[in-house]
Amino acid sequence: MSVAASMHAKLTDVFEPVHLAVVDESRLHAGHVGARPEGETHFRVEIVATAFDGISRVERQRMVYRVLKDELGDRVHALALRTLSPSENS
Amino acid sequence: MNDNPVFERIQREIDGQPVVLFMKGTPVFPQCGFSAAVVQALTLLGVQFKGVDVLADPQLREGVKAFSDWPTIPQLYVKSEFVGGCDIVREMYENGELRQVFADKGISTQEPAAA
Repeated sequence: MSVAASMHAKLTDVFEPVHLAVVDESRLHAGHVGARPEGETHFRVEIVATAFDGISRVERQRMVYRVLKDELGDRVHALALRTLSPSENS
Repeated sequence: MNDNPVFERIQREIDGQPVVLFMKGTPVFPQCGFSAAVVQALTLLGVQFKGVDVLADPQLREGVKAFSDWPTIPQLYVKSEFVGGCDIVREMYENGELRQVFADKGISTQEPAAA
């Protein structure tokens, strides 16, 4: 399974998001520190879930980081995050 | 966790200055686009801050991640309080919250006058 697919699956499992996009932006960072020729190092994740209701921004990102701990520790060099509750997304 | 010797040093850093940014590289020569983005937001607000280069010390680099319970660099601290990483700082800059945080904490901002 690709890194993107595995992140997508884990986030779907834990957060049951109403919207989730895992975008591989590695090509934009080719040649930068942390980039690899095979890609899948730089991601952007947008996630909208009721689990974020009433949770601070910092804590929301911590929740996502915890779920993606394995990916962040190993393959993924950069992860840009946008975490919203459904009411903020309207 | 508290027996990590580098935690004491991190605590001293964040207590020693009102605004401290743990980053890759220095404010003048950031070594990473995400660190550069936070430097830019602080610079645009005219806030004085101390940049701490985590690339200079692997122990610090890993230590600050554990200290903040935050797996990435950069990390912004204001008055010893963790504010966030690049995404959060950027969003707070764009919606005006960041300026409000500095105002609330009595940290002066000197935005360039609109041309």
